[in-house]
Amino acid sequence: MTDLLFLVLSAVTLVSAVLVVVNRNAVNAAMFFLLSLVGTAGLFVLLDAYLLAFVLILVYAGAVVSLFLFIIMLLDTRPEAQKPFKKMTVAASLLGGLLLFTGVLSLVLRFTPAPVGADPALAPVGASLKAYAEQLFTTYLLPVQVVGFLLLVAMLGVIVLSKRFQEPESRSQNSGGTA
Amino acid sequence: MIELWSNLPPALQMLLKGLAVIAVIFPIAGASSLAERKISAAFQGRPGPNRAIPIWFAWVPVIGPLLQKLGVFHLMSDGLKMLFKEDPLPGHVNKPYFILAPILAMIPAFTTVSVVPFGAYFDAAGHAVPLMLANVDVGILAVFAVGSLGVYALIIAGWASNSKYPFLGGVRASAQLISYELSMTLSVLPVFLWVNAPGTAGSLSLARVVEFQSQPGFWGGTWFVFVMPVSAFVFLVSLYAETNRQPFDMPESEADLVGGFHTEYGAFKWSLFFVAEYSHMTVGSAVFTLLFLGGWNPLPWVPLSDVAVWLHLADSPVLLGLLSIAIFLGKVILSIFVFMWVRWTLPRFRYDQVMKIGWQRLLPLAIANLIVYALAIAVIQK
Repeated sequence: MTDLLFLVLSAVTLVSAVLVVVNRNAVNAAMFFLLSLVGTAGLFVLLDAYLLAFVLILVYAGAVVSLFLFIIMLLDTRPEAQKPFKKMTVAASLLGGLLLFTGVLSLVLRFTPAPVGADPALAPVGASLKAYAEQLFTTYLLPVQVVGFLLLVAMLGVIVLSKRFQEPESRSQNSGGTA
Repeated sequence: MIELWSNLPPALQMLLKGLAVIAVIFPIAGASSLAERKISAAFQGRPGPNRAIPIWFAWVPVIGPLLQKLGVFHLMSDGLKMLFKEDPLPGHVNKPYFILAPILAMIPAFTTVSVVPFGAYFDAAGHAVPLMLANVDVGILAVFAVGSLGVYALIIAGWASNSKYPFLGGVRASAQLISYELSMTLSVLPVFLWVNAPGTAGSLSLARVVEFQSQPGFWGGTWFVFVMPVSAFVFLVSLYAETNRQPFDMPESEADLVGGFHTEYGAFKWSLFFVAEYSHMTVGSAVFTLLFLGGWNPLPWVPLSDVAVWLHLADSPVLLGLLSIAIFLGKVILSIFVFMWVRWTLPRFRYDQVMKIGWQRLLPLAIANLIVYALAIAVIQK
Protein backbone atom coordinates (compact mmCIF):
# COMPACT_ATOMS: atom_id res chain seq x y z
CA MET A 1 0.00 0.00 0.00
CA THR A 2 2.70 2.47 1.06
CA ASP A 3 4.88 1.51 -1.92
CA LEU A 4 1.99 2.00 -4.31
CA LEU A 5 1.17 5.40 -2.77
CA PHE A 6 4.83 6.37 -2.98
CA LEU A 7 4.95 5.50 -6.68
CA VAL A 8 1.70 7.30 -7.46
CA LEU A 9 2.66 10.43 -5.53
CA SER A 10 6.17 10.51 -7.01
CA ALA A 11 4.75 10.15 -10.51
CA VAL A 12 2.23 12.96 -9.88
CA THR A 13 4.95 15.20 -8.45
CA LEU A 14 7.46 14.61 -11.26
CA VAL A 15 5.01 14.72 -14.16
CA SER A 16 3.38 17.91 -12.94
CA ALA A 17 6.81 19.44 -12.23
CA VAL A 18 7.81 18.81 -15.85
CA LEU A 19 4.47 20.21 -17.04
CA VAL A 20 5.13 23.41 -15.04
CA VAL A 21 8.22 24.06 -17.13
CA VAL A 22 6.95 23.09 -20.57
CA ASN A 23 3.45 24.55 -20.36
CA ARG A 24 2.88 27.62 -22.52
CA ASN A 25 -0.14 28.81 -20.56
CA ALA A 26 0.93 30.54 -17.34
CA VAL A 27 -2.24 29.64 -15.41
CA ASN A 28 -1.87 25.97 -16.36
CA ALA A 29 1.75 26.09 -15.21
CA ALA A 30 0.75 27.57 -11.85
CA MET A 31 -1.94 24.93 -11.35
CA PHE A 32 0.52 22.14 -12.16
CA PHE A 33 2.94 23.69 -9.68
CA LEU A 34 0.15 23.45 -7.12
CA LEU A 35 -0.41 19.79 -7.99
CA SER A 36 3.31 19.11 -7.71
CA LEU A 37 3.37 20.70 -4.25
CA VAL A 38 0.41 18.61 -3.13
CA GLY A 39 2.24 15.50 -4.35
CA THR A 40 5.35 16.49 -2.39
CA ALA A 41 3.23 17.08 0.71
CA GLY A 42 1.78 13.61 0.22
CA LEU A 43 5.30 12.16 0.12
CA PHE A 44 6.08 13.94 3.39
CA VAL A 45 2.95 12.44 4.94
CA LEU A 46 4.14 8.98 3.84
CA LEU A 47 7.39 9.70 5.72
CA ASP A 48 5.35 10.59 8.86
CA ALA A 49 6.53 14.20 8.54
CA TYR A 50 3.06 15.74 8.97
CA LEU A 51 4.43 19.07 10.08
CA LEU A 52 6.56 19.54 6.97
CA ALA A 53 3.65 18.46 4.79
CA PHE A 54 1.27 21.01 6.26
CA VAL A 55 3.85 23.79 6.37
CA LEU A 56 4.55 23.13 2.69
CA ILE A 57 0.84 23.37 1.88
CA LEU A 58 0.34 26.43 4.10
CA VAL A 59 3.28 28.44 2.76
CA TYR A 60 3.58 27.36 -0.87
CA ALA A 61 0.14 26.16 -1.90
CA GLY A 62 -1.75 28.57 0.36
CA ALA A 63 0.20 31.76 -0.25
CA VAL A 64 2.94 31.59 -2.87
CA VAL A 65 1.05 29.94 -5.74
CA SER A 66 -2.06 32.04 -5.14
CA LEU A 67 0.17 35.14 -5.36
CA PHE A 68 1.56 33.72 -8.63
CA LEU A 69 -1.98 33.39 -9.96
CA PHE A 70 -2.77 36.90 -8.76
CA ILE A 71 0.22 38.29 -10.67
CA ILE A 72 -0.52 36.21 -13.78
CA MET A 73 -4.03 37.62 -13.81
CA LEU A 74 -2.86 41.19 -13.32
CA LEU A 75 -0.31 40.91 -16.13
CA ASP A 76 -2.79 39.09 -18.38
CA THR A 77 -0.11 37.02 -20.11
CA ARG A 78 -1.15 35.36 -23.36
CA PRO A 79 0.50 32.17 -24.61
CA GLU A 80 1.20 33.62 -28.05
CA ALA A 81 2.87 36.71 -26.57
CA GLN A 82 5.50 34.54 -24.87
CA LYS A 83 9.04 35.24 -25.95
CA PRO A 84 11.45 32.33 -26.62
CA PHE A 85 14.11 31.73 -23.99
CA LYS A 86 17.22 33.83 -24.18
CA LYS A 87 20.59 32.07 -24.41
CA MET A 88 21.59 33.50 -21.05
CA THR A 89 18.44 32.08 -19.42
CA VAL A 90 19.13 28.61 -20.83
CA ALA A 91 22.75 28.75 -19.64
CA ALA A 92 21.71 29.91 -16.17
CA SER A 93 19.05 27.23 -15.79
CA LEU A 94 21.49 24.53 -16.96
CA LEU A 95 24.02 25.73 -14.41
CA GLY A 96 21.35 25.77 -11.70
CA GLY A 97 20.24 22.27 -12.61
CA LEU A 98 23.83 21.05 -12.55
CA LEU A 99 24.41 22.56 -9.10
CA LEU A 100 21.25 20.94 -7.77
CA PHE A 101 22.24 17.58 -9.28
CA THR A 102 25.72 17.79 -7.72
CA GLY A 103 24.20 18.64 -4.36
CA VAL A 104 21.76 15.72 -4.45
CA LEU A 105 24.48 13.38 -5.72
CA SER A 106 26.88 14.30 -2.92
CA LEU A 107 24.08 13.83 -0.40
CA VAL A 108 23.22 10.39 -1.79
CA LEU A 109 26.90 9.26 -1.96
CA ARG A 110 27.71 10.35 1.58
CA PHE A 111 24.46 9.11 3.11
CA THR A 112 24.76 6.19 5.51
CA PRO A 113 21.40 4.72 6.48
CA ALA A 114 20.85 4.57 10.24
CA PRO A 115 20.13 1.11 11.67
CA VAL A 116 16.37 0.68 11.82
CA GLY A 117 14.83 1.22 15.24
CA ALA A 118 18.20 1.77 16.88
CA ASP A 119 17.49 5.08 18.53
CA PRO A 120 14.05 6.58 19.12
CA ALA A 121 15.67 10.05 19.14
CA LEU A 122 16.41 9.54 15.47
CA ALA A 123 12.69 9.49 14.67
CA PRO A 124 11.85 11.83 11.78
CA VAL A 125 12.37 15.35 13.04
CA GLY A 126 9.56 16.64 10.86
CA ALA A 127 7.04 14.44 12.66
CA SER A 128 6.97 16.20 15.99
CA LEU A 129 6.53 19.91 16.25
CA LYS A 130 8.62 20.17 19.39
CA ALA A 131 11.61 18.26 18.00
CA TYR A 132 11.46 20.28 14.80
CA ALA A 133 11.33 23.63 16.60
CA GLU A 134 14.16 22.61 18.93
CA GLN A 135 16.38 21.73 15.97
CA LEU A 136 15.55 25.02 14.27
CA PHE A 137 16.35 27.14 17.29
CA THR A 138 19.48 25.31 18.46
CA THR A 139 21.45 23.27 15.90
CA TYR A 140 20.32 25.09 12.80
CA LEU A 141 19.90 28.58 14.23
CA LEU A 142 22.58 30.16 12.02
CA PRO A 143 21.26 28.75 8.69
CA VAL A 144 17.74 29.85 9.63
CA GLN A 145 18.93 33.37 10.35
CA VAL A 146 20.99 33.46 7.14
CA VAL A 147 18.03 32.31 5.05
CA GLY A 148 15.82 34.89 6.73
CA PHE A 149 18.37 37.59 5.97
CA LEU A 150 18.59 36.44 2.34
CA LEU A 151 14.81 36.69 2.04
CA LEU A 152 14.91 40.20 3.46
CA VAL A 153 17.60 41.18 0.95
CA ALA A 154 15.57 39.69 -1.88
CA MET A 155 12.49 41.61 -0.76
CA LEU A 156 14.39 44.89 -0.59
CA GLY A 157 15.86 44.12 -4.02
CA VAL A 158 12.40 43.63 -5.49
CA ILE A 159 11.22 46.92 -4.01
CA VAL A 160 14.27 48.74 -5.43
CA LEU A 161 13.87 47.13 -8.86
CA SER A 162 10.13 47.58 -9.19
CA LYS A 163 9.75 51.08 -7.78
CA ARG A 164 10.49 53.88 -10.18
CA PHE A 165 12.68 56.46 -8.53
CA GLN A 166 11.92 59.81 -10.12
CA GLU A 167 12.71 63.39 -9.38
CA PRO A 168 9.99 64.96 -7.23
CA GLU A 169 9.00 67.57 -9.84
CA SER A 170 8.74 65.10 -12.75
CA ARG A 171 6.57 62.79 -10.65
CA SER A 172 4.10 65.55 -9.85
CA GLN A 173 3.88 66.34 -13.57
CA ASN A 174 3.21 62.74 -14.54
CA SER A 175 0.48 62.01 -12.07
CA GLY A 176 -1.29 65.36 -12.47
CA GLY A 177 -0.28 66.69 -9.06
CA THR A 178 -2.20 64.08 -7.02
CA ALA A 179 0.99 62.54 -5.64
CA MET B 1 -23.76 -3.34 17.77
CA ILE B 2 -20.40 -2.21 19.13
CA GLU B 3 -18.86 -5.60 18.27
CA LEU B 4 -20.16 -5.35 14.73
CA TRP B 5 -18.56 -1.92 14.49
CA SER B 6 -15.15 -3.00 15.79
CA ASN B 7 -15.13 -6.03 13.48
CA LEU B 8 -15.28 -3.81 10.40
CA PRO B 9 -11.98 -3.18 8.58
CA PRO B 10 -10.34 0.09 9.74
CA ALA B 11 -10.48 1.67 6.30
CA LEU B 12 -14.25 1.11 6.15
CA GLN B 13 -14.62 2.48 9.69
CA MET B 14 -12.80 5.68 8.70
CA LEU B 15 -14.91 5.99 5.56
CA LEU B 16 -18.15 5.61 7.52
CA LYS B 17 -16.99 8.10 10.16
CA GLY B 18 -16.07 10.62 7.47
CA LEU B 19 -19.41 10.18 5.73
CA ALA B 20 -21.20 10.62 9.07
CA VAL B 21 -19.42 13.92 9.70
CA ILE B 22 -20.19 15.16 6.19
CA ALA B 23 -23.78 14.06 6.70
CA VAL B 24 -23.92 16.50 9.63
CA ILE B 25 -21.99 19.39 8.01
CA PHE B 26 -23.94 19.35 4.74
CA PRO B 27 -27.42 19.75 6.29
CA ILE B 28 -26.08 22.46 8.64
CA ALA B 29 -24.74 24.31 5.60
CA GLY B 30 -28.07 23.86 3.84
CA ALA B 31 -30.11 24.88 6.86
CA SER B 32 -27.89 27.95 7.27
CA SER B 33 -29.11 29.23 3.91
CA LEU B 34 -32.69 29.02 5.12
CA ALA B 35 -31.71 30.54 8.47
CA GLU B 36 -30.01 33.37 6.59
CA ARG B 37 -33.24 34.15 4.74
CA LYS B 38 -35.36 33.94 7.86
CA ILE B 39 -32.94 36.02 9.95
CA SER B 40 -32.58 38.68 7.28
CA ALA B 41 -36.37 38.83 7.13
CA ALA B 42 -36.59 39.24 10.89
CA PHE B 43 -34.01 42.04 10.77
CA GLN B 44 -35.94 43.85 8.06
CA GLY B 45 -39.39 43.33 9.57
CA ARG B 46 -40.57 40.88 6.88
CA PRO B 47 -42.11 37.43 7.43
CA GLY B 48 -39.52 35.77 5.15
CA PRO B 49 -40.13 32.55 3.20
CA ASN B 50 -43.42 31.08 4.50
CA ARG B 51 -45.38 29.72 1.54
CA ALA B 52 -44.09 26.39 0.26
CA ILE B 53 -45.86 23.30 1.64
CA PRO B 54 -46.49 19.85 0.14
CA ILE B 55 -50.19 19.05 0.08
CA TRP B 56 -49.99 16.08 2.45
CA PHE B 57 -48.34 18.25 5.11
CA ALA B 58 -51.10 20.84 4.79
CA TRP B 59 -53.55 18.17 6.03
CA VAL B 60 -51.69 17.84 9.38
CA PRO B 61 -53.54 20.25 11.70
CA VAL B 62 -51.06 22.24 13.86
CA ILE B 63 -47.60 21.06 12.83
CA GLY B 64 -48.13 21.54 9.09
CA PRO B 65 -48.90 25.29 9.16
CA LEU B 66 -46.16 25.80 11.76
CA LEU B 67 -43.53 24.19 9.51
CA GLN B 68 -44.90 26.21 6.60
CA LYS B 69 -44.49 29.41 8.58
CA LEU B 70 -40.92 28.45 9.49
CA GLY B 71 -40.18 27.99 5.78
CA VAL B 72 -38.75 24.50 6.19
CA PHE B 73 -40.11 23.33 2.83
CA HIS B 74 -38.44 26.20 1.00
CA LEU B 75 -35.14 24.56 1.91
CA MET B 76 -36.14 21.31 0.19
CA SER B 77 -37.70 22.99 -2.83
CA ASP B 78 -34.61 25.19 -3.25
CA GLY B 79 -32.35 22.17 -3.10
CA LEU B 80 -34.43 20.24 -5.63
CA LYS B 81 -34.65 23.28 -7.90
CA MET B 82 -30.86 23.67 -7.90
CA LEU B 83 -30.42 20.00 -8.65
CA PHE B 84 -32.87 19.72 -11.55
CA LYS B 85 -32.36 23.12 -13.15
CA GLU B 86 -30.60 23.26 -16.49
CA ASP B 87 -26.89 23.74 -15.85
CA PRO B 88 -25.74 26.43 -18.26
CA LEU B 89 -22.18 26.45 -19.56
CA PRO B 90 -21.46 29.83 -21.18
CA GLY B 91 -19.64 29.61 -24.51
CA HIS B 92 -16.82 31.99 -23.64
CA VAL B 93 -15.51 30.23 -20.53
CA ASN B 94 -12.42 28.08 -20.06
CA LYS B 95 -14.34 24.81 -19.64
CA PRO B 96 -12.00 22.58 -17.56
CA TYR B 97 -11.26 25.29 -15.00
CA PHE B 98 -14.86 26.51 -15.01
CA ILE B 99 -16.01 23.02 -13.96
CA LEU B 100 -13.06 22.50 -11.60
CA ALA B 101 -13.70 25.67 -9.57
CA PRO B 102 -16.87 24.59 -7.69
CA ILE B 103 -15.24 21.23 -6.90
CA LEU B 104 -12.17 23.05 -5.55
CA ALA B 105 -14.52 25.09 -3.39
CA MET B 106 -15.98 21.99 -1.72
CA ILE B 107 -12.74 20.06 -1.08
CA PRO B 108 -11.10 22.34 1.53
CA ALA B 109 -14.43 23.00 3.21
CA PHE B 110 -14.91 19.28 3.89
CA THR B 111 -11.25 18.33 4.40
CA THR B 112 -10.69 20.72 7.31
CA VAL B 113 -13.44 18.97 9.25
CA SER B 114 -11.24 15.90 9.62
CA VAL B 115 -8.92 17.55 12.17
CA VAL B 116 -11.63 19.44 14.08
CA PRO B 117 -12.75 17.66 17.27
CA PHE B 118 -16.47 17.96 17.94
CA GLY B 119 -17.00 16.22 21.26
CA ALA B 120 -15.44 14.11 23.99
CA TYR B 121 -16.12 11.28 26.39
CA PHE B 122 -14.19 9.93 29.37
CA ASP B 123 -12.46 6.58 29.26
CA ALA B 124 -12.20 4.21 32.23
CA ALA B 125 -9.22 6.10 33.65
CA GLY B 126 -11.12 9.41 33.56
CA HIS B 127 -9.16 10.93 30.69
CA ALA B 128 -11.06 12.91 28.12
CA VAL B 129 -10.99 11.25 24.69
CA PRO B 130 -11.78 13.71 21.91
CA LEU B 131 -14.17 12.65 19.14
CA MET B 132 -12.55 13.52 15.85
CA LEU B 133 -11.61 11.93 12.55
CA ALA B 134 -7.82 12.38 12.64
CA ASN B 135 -6.12 13.24 15.92
CA VAL B 136 -2.92 14.65 14.45
CA ASP B 137 -0.31 16.65 16.28
CA VAL B 138 -0.51 19.58 13.88
CA GLY B 139 -4.25 20.34 14.40
CA ILE B 140 -4.64 24.07 13.84
CA LEU B 141 -1.84 24.12 11.25
CA ALA B 142 -3.76 21.58 9.17
CA VAL B 143 -6.92 23.70 9.42
CA PHE B 144 -5.07 26.80 8.25
CA ALA B 145 -3.16 24.93 5.53
CA VAL B 146 -6.16 23.22 3.96
CA GLY B 147 -8.42 26.20 4.59
CA SER B 148 -6.01 28.45 2.70
CA LEU B 149 -6.58 26.32 -0.42
CA GLY B 150 -10.15 27.66 -0.54
CA VAL B 151 -8.89 30.78 -2.31
CA TYR B 152 -8.16 28.79 -5.49
CA ALA B 153 -11.83 28.13 -6.09
CA LEU B 154 -12.49 31.87 -6.18
CA ILE B 155 -9.45 32.78 -8.28
CA ILE B 156 -10.01 29.97 -10.77
CA ALA B 157 -13.75 30.69 -11.00
CA GLY B 158 -13.04 34.36 -11.66
CA TRP B 159 -10.36 33.64 -14.23
CA ALA B 160 -12.12 30.79 -16.05
CA SER B 161 -15.33 32.79 -16.45
CA ASN B 162 -13.39 34.95 -18.90
CA SER B 163 -15.45 38.07 -18.37
CA LYS B 164 -15.03 41.36 -16.58
CA TYR B 165 -16.87 41.17 -13.26
CA PRO B 166 -15.90 37.63 -12.27
CA PHE B 167 -12.30 38.51 -13.07
CA LEU B 168 -12.38 41.51 -10.73
CA GLY B 169 -13.98 39.31 -8.09
CA GLY B 170 -11.21 36.73 -8.43
CA VAL B 171 -8.46 39.32 -8.16
CA ARG B 172 -10.10 40.86 -5.11
CA ALA B 173 -10.52 37.41 -3.53
CA SER B 174 -6.85 36.51 -3.84
CA ALA B 175 -5.68 39.83 -2.39
CA GLN B 176 -8.18 39.80 0.46
CA LEU B 177 -7.72 36.21 1.54
CA ILE B 178 -3.93 36.45 1.61
CA SER B 179 -4.06 39.71 3.57
CA TYR B 180 -6.29 38.39 6.31
CA GLU B 181 -4.60 35.01 6.61
CA LEU B 182 -1.63 36.73 8.28
CA SER B 183 -3.67 38.35 11.04
CA MET B 184 -5.61 35.14 11.56
CA THR B 185 -2.48 33.03 12.04
CA LEU B 186 -0.85 35.59 14.32
CA SER B 187 -3.97 35.97 16.45
CA VAL B 188 -4.04 32.30 17.54
CA LEU B 189 -0.34 32.15 18.43
CA PRO B 190 -0.83 33.47 22.02
CA VAL B 191 -3.35 30.69 22.66
CA PHE B 192 -0.85 28.01 21.69
CA LEU B 193 2.01 29.72 23.54
CA TRP B 194 -0.14 29.63 26.67
CA VAL B 195 -1.31 26.04 26.18
CA ASN B 196 2.17 24.67 25.43
CA ALA B 197 3.77 25.61 28.73
CA PRO B 198 7.44 24.65 29.18
CA GLY B 199 7.83 21.00 30.12
CA THR B 200 4.64 19.81 28.44
CA ALA B 201 4.56 17.83 25.22
CA GLY B 202 4.25 20.44 22.52
CA SER B 203 1.14 20.09 20.42
CA LEU B 204 -1.00 22.19 18.10
CA SER B 205 -3.98 19.88 18.55
CA LEU B 206 -7.31 21.65 18.96
CA ALA B 207 -8.49 19.02 21.44
CA ARG B 208 -5.59 19.99 23.68
CA VAL B 209 -6.78 23.62 23.74
CA VAL B 210 -10.22 22.53 24.89
CA GLU B 211 -8.67 20.25 27.52
CA PHE B 212 -6.71 23.25 28.77
CA GLN B 213 -9.92 25.25 29.13
CA SER B 214 -11.64 22.53 31.13
CA GLN B 215 -9.25 22.34 34.07
CA PRO B 216 -10.60 22.79 37.60
CA GLY B 217 -10.22 26.10 39.40
CA PHE B 218 -10.82 29.69 38.36
CA TRP B 219 -7.93 30.13 35.93
CA GLY B 220 -8.16 26.59 34.63
CA GLY B 221 -11.81 26.91 33.67
CA THR B 222 -11.59 30.37 32.13
CA TRP B 223 -12.31 30.39 28.42
CA PHE B 224 -9.71 32.04 26.23
CA VAL B 225 -12.19 34.67 25.06
CA PHE B 226 -11.88 36.19 28.56
CA VAL B 227 -8.12 35.75 28.87
CA MET B 228 -7.31 36.91 25.33
CA PRO B 229 -10.14 39.13 24.10
CA VAL B 230 -7.95 40.88 21.51
CA SER B 231 -6.89 37.54 20.00
CA ALA B 232 -10.52 36.46 19.83
CA PHE B 233 -11.56 39.73 18.18
CA VAL B 234 -8.78 39.66 15.57
CA PHE B 235 -9.50 36.00 14.83
CA LEU B 236 -13.21 36.63 14.42
CA VAL B 237 -12.74 39.64 12.12
CA SER B 238 -10.21 37.72 9.98
CA LEU B 239 -12.60 34.77 9.93
CA TYR B 240 -15.35 37.00 8.49
CA ALA B 241 -12.90 38.19 5.84
CA GLU B 242 -11.64 34.68 5.08
CA THR B 243 -15.14 33.30 4.61
CA ASN B 244 -16.09 36.27 2.38
CA ARG B 245 -18.93 37.24 4.64
CA GLN B 246 -20.24 40.71 4.82
CA PRO B 247 -18.92 43.30 5.67
CA PHE B 248 -15.98 41.73 3.80
CA ASP B 249 -17.67 40.07 0.83
CA MET B 250 -15.50 41.88 -1.72
CA PRO B 251 -15.18 38.91 -4.14
CA GLU B 252 -18.95 38.77 -4.49
CA SER B 253 -20.12 42.31 -3.67
CA GLU B 254 -23.23 42.30 -5.86
CA ALA B 255 -23.69 46.06 -5.73
CA ASP B 256 -20.59 46.79 -7.83
CA LEU B 257 -19.60 43.41 -9.34
CA VAL B 258 -23.03 41.92 -10.29
CA GLY B 259 -22.25 38.54 -8.65
CA GLY B 260 -18.48 38.72 -8.39
CA PHE B 261 -16.59 35.51 -9.04
CA HIS B 262 -19.76 33.45 -9.60
CA THR B 263 -21.53 35.82 -12.02
CA GLU B 264 -21.32 33.28 -14.85
CA TYR B 265 -22.36 30.31 -12.72
CA GLY B 266 -25.85 28.94 -12.41
CA ALA B 267 -27.85 26.06 -11.02
CA PHE B 268 -25.94 23.29 -9.28
CA LYS B 269 -22.43 24.71 -9.76
CA TRP B 270 -23.55 27.98 -8.20
CA SER B 271 -25.15 26.16 -5.30
CA LEU B 272 -21.86 24.32 -4.68
CA PHE B 273 -20.18 27.70 -4.11
CA PHE B 274 -23.04 28.59 -1.83
CA VAL B 275 -22.78 25.41 0.24
CA ALA B 276 -18.99 25.78 0.36
CA GLU B 277 -19.34 29.26 1.84
CA TYR B 278 -21.65 27.98 4.57
CA SER B 279 -19.41 24.96 5.21
CA HIS B 280 -16.45 27.31 5.62
CA MET B 281 -18.54 29.33 8.05
CA THR B 282 -19.46 26.20 9.99
CA VAL B 283 -15.86 24.97 10.22
CA GLY B 284 -14.61 28.48 11.06
CA SER B 285 -17.22 28.78 13.81
CA ALA B 286 -16.18 25.37 15.10
CA VAL B 287 -12.52 26.42 15.29
CA PHE B 288 -13.48 29.68 17.02
CA THR B 289 -15.58 27.73 19.52
CA LEU B 290 -12.73 25.33 20.23
CA LEU B 291 -10.09 28.01 20.62
CA PHE B 292 -11.95 30.70 22.49
CA LEU B 293 -15.33 29.42 23.68
CA GLY B 294 -14.28 26.31 25.57
CA GLY B 295 -15.28 23.71 22.97
CA TRP B 296 -17.71 21.23 24.46
CA ASN B 297 -17.71 22.66 27.98
CA PRO B 298 -21.23 23.95 28.65
CA LEU B 299 -20.40 27.15 30.57
CA PRO B 300 -17.25 28.98 31.63
CA TRP B 301 -15.89 27.42 34.85
CA VAL B 302 -18.29 24.46 34.38
CA PRO B 303 -16.31 21.74 32.55
CA LEU B 304 -17.95 18.73 30.93
CA SER B 305 -16.59 16.41 33.64
CA ASP B 306 -18.70 18.21 36.30
CA VAL B 307 -21.82 17.77 34.17
CA ALA B 308 -20.97 14.08 33.79
CA VAL B 309 -20.87 13.76 37.58
CA TRP B 310 -24.16 15.64 38.11
CA LEU B 311 -26.04 13.63 35.51
CA HIS B 312 -24.31 10.32 36.44
CA LEU B 313 -23.11 9.90 32.86
CA ALA B 314 -19.45 9.23 33.59
CA ASP B 315 -19.79 5.50 32.92
CA SER B 316 -21.90 5.79 29.75
CA PRO B 317 -19.52 7.17 27.13
CA VAL B 318 -22.09 7.09 24.31
CA LEU B 319 -24.58 9.38 26.08
CA LEU B 320 -21.85 11.71 27.28
CA GLY B 321 -20.35 11.86 23.80
CA LEU B 322 -23.74 12.78 22.34
CA LEU B 323 -24.24 15.42 25.05
CA SER B 324 -20.85 16.98 24.33
CA ILE B 325 -21.57 17.01 20.59
CA ALA B 326 -24.91 18.70 21.29
CA ILE B 327 -23.26 21.38 23.45
CA PHE B 328 -20.60 21.94 20.83
CA LEU B 329 -23.08 22.16 17.95
CA GLY B 330 -25.18 24.58 19.99
CA LYS B 331 -22.23 26.93 20.31
CA VAL B 332 -21.38 26.57 16.62
CA ILE B 333 -24.96 27.42 15.63
CA LEU B 334 -24.89 30.43 17.94
CA SER B 335 -21.68 31.57 16.28
CA ILE B 336 -23.25 31.13 12.82
CA PHE B 337 -26.13 33.28 14.03
CA VAL B 338 -23.63 36.00 14.98
CA PHE B 339 -22.21 35.76 11.44
CA MET B 340 -25.70 36.50 10.07
CA TRP B 341 -26.40 39.14 12.68
CA VAL B 342 -23.26 41.00 11.59
CA ARG B 343 -24.11 40.56 7.92
CA TRP B 344 -27.54 42.13 8.19
CA THR B 345 -26.39 44.91 10.54
CA LEU B 346 -23.15 46.31 9.15
CA PRO B 347 -22.79 47.92 5.71
CA ARG B 348 -20.18 46.53 3.33
CA PHE B 349 -16.71 48.09 3.41
CA ARG B 350 -15.18 49.66 0.33
CA TYR B 351 -12.31 47.71 -1.19
CA ASP B 352 -9.64 50.20 -0.09
CA GLN B 353 -11.12 50.10 3.42
CA VAL B 354 -10.85 46.31 3.45
CA MET B 355 -7.15 46.50 2.55
CA LYS B 356 -6.56 49.29 5.07
CA ILE B 357 -8.26 47.40 7.89
CA GLY B 358 -6.31 44.24 7.07
CA TRP B 359 -2.83 45.69 6.74
CA GLN B 360 -2.87 48.87 8.79
CA ARG B 361 -5.21 48.02 11.66
CA LEU B 362 -5.60 44.28 12.16
CA LEU B 363 -2.05 43.14 11.42
CA PRO B 364 -0.29 45.64 13.77
CA LEU B 365 -2.92 44.85 16.40
CA ALA B 366 -2.25 41.12 16.03
CA ILE B 367 1.53 41.61 16.21
CA ALA B 368 1.30 43.88 19.27
CA ASN B 369 -1.08 41.39 20.89
CA LEU B 370 1.38 38.57 20.22
CA ILE B 371 4.33 40.48 21.69
CA VAL B 372 2.42 41.52 24.83
CA TYR B 373 1.13 38.00 25.45
CA ALA B 374 4.49 36.40 24.68
CA LEU B 375 6.14 38.60 27.33
CA ALA B 376 3.33 38.04 29.83
CA ILE B 377 3.38 34.28 29.28
CA ALA B 378 7.17 34.21 29.63
CA VAL B 379 6.88 35.97 33.00
CA ILE B 380 3.95 33.89 34.31
CA GLN B 381 5.15 30.46 33.18
CA LYS B 382 8.80 30.97 34.08
